[in-house]
Amino acid sequence: MADNTHKLEIFRGLLKFRSNQSKIWGVLIFLSIVTIIEVVLGIVKPELLMNIFLGAKIINWIFIILTLVKAYYIAWDFMHLRDETSGLQASVVITLIFLIAYLVFILLVEGNYIFDVMYEGFVSWNF
Amino acid sequence: MSSTISTTIEDEDLWGGGNQPFKSSYGKLMMWFFIVSDALTFSGFLVAYGFSRFKNIDSWPIADEVFNHFPFLHGVDAPMYYVALMTFVLIFSSVTMVLAVDAGHHMQKDKVTFYMALTIIGGAIFVGSQAWEWKNFINGEYGAVETTGGQIYQFVYKDNPKKRVGLEEIAFEIPDERVQHDSKQGVWFYNEPTLPSFTVDEIITGFNSNPDIVIKTEKIDEKGNKIILSREESLEKINEVKYVVEGANLVRNEYGNRLFADFFFFITGFHGFHVFSGVVINIIIFFNVLVGTYERRGHYEMVEKVGLYWHFVDLVWVFVFTFFYLV
Repeated sequence: MADNTHKLEIFRGLLKFRSNQSKIWGVLIFLSIVTIIEVVLGIVKPELLMNIFLGAKIINWIFIILTLVKAYYIAWDFMHLRDETSGLQASVVITLIFLIAYLVFILLVEGNYIFDVMYEGFVSWNF
Repeated sequence: MSSTISTTIEDEDLWGGGNQPFKSSYGKLMMWFFIVSDALTFSGFLVAYGFSRFKNIDSWPIADEVFNHFPFLHGVDAPMYYVALMTFVLIFSSVTMVLAVDAGHHMQKDKVTFYMALTIIGGAIFVGSQAWEWKNFINGEYGAVETTGGQIYQFVYKDNPKKRVGLEEIAFEIPDERVQHDSKQGVWFYNEPTLPSFTVDEIITGFNSNPDIVIKTEKIDEKGNKIILSREESLEKINEVKYVVEGANLVRNEYGNRLFADFFFFITGFHGFHVFSGVVINIIIFFNVLVGTYERRGHYEMVEKVGLYWHFVDLVWVFVFTFFYLV
């Protein structure tokens, strides 16, 4: 809660800000750049990135990774998780990552399976 | 304001045991509990969306073809621009919120007031934008038809498959006696949902007499584009049509798979409701700041707590943006 407890380094110390305010603006610029990259990729849709890699288009993997990067900086710098104890960081992040990854895995596999059943089955779903 | 003011923690902020777990106050920790559980609610929604999408992987609507409106650019195909703008509005209001929290740490009441006001304005713009997005989605633009099997057929020009054809261009007007049934006309006091502007017969007749128009199905080919039928195939398929669909509701929508509209309404609606309640809470805190409640209390932790909630709403939007509009 005190004034001087903010950690002012981002990118693992590559960039160190003088004050908390300038760090906030720096993070805003970074998030904006990431969003602009996402939007440009979404509009241009480069042919090269439309190939399938590990079950999804490469461009979709890029979107998901950039989203997680954005989520990290929003949580760490805007929600001040960077200044919290490692115990609090872990309780929030590990809980969410574990439960969500589990849910994603179970439901996407199941959705894929149901698609296969409907696609290869003998019942026509388009009548 | 001098820097000698210390923001010490009152006894009432402490837990029964006297110390603070994670060196964090009770209120902040409870906000984190809420955020984690709410994040799981949202991920439940988004994963359910992913489930339905994987289940219908060969027929899911393409977001770029659905959300391509921009204010004052009528008829211009502008995919993504509007949601990108909304994203920037929300990220920016997140920044003003974190600046308000920072000013609160320094006990600068005027700055907190100013930044809270900006945050509220940003949130209000975002909610308004979402309302506009919903309006477009519900009203629809071109209209489509549905078959007995629940497939959605849209219409495009044969020579230019990118250009959609609206129902009003196709329909051949057939005079008939079918009128909207109101409860006041019936012996039994019930009414019926709004009738579409055109009947199925009008669409089929008009389609048969217009050789330039073909059907765009909801199926997707290997390259990720919607399959467009030839004129001969279209003439055959048009006879399966059972409904005229204009816009979207919870039962059917003109964009494709029925679940698509349901998820759109539930996910963006649930998020929009969070933004709305965030704005309301922000307004309450704003007035508390204005009357000096936190100045007297000696710390602006309440601004910090509502800030956590506000950033969480922003965080969720980042994911909704990716999974609904980009992927």
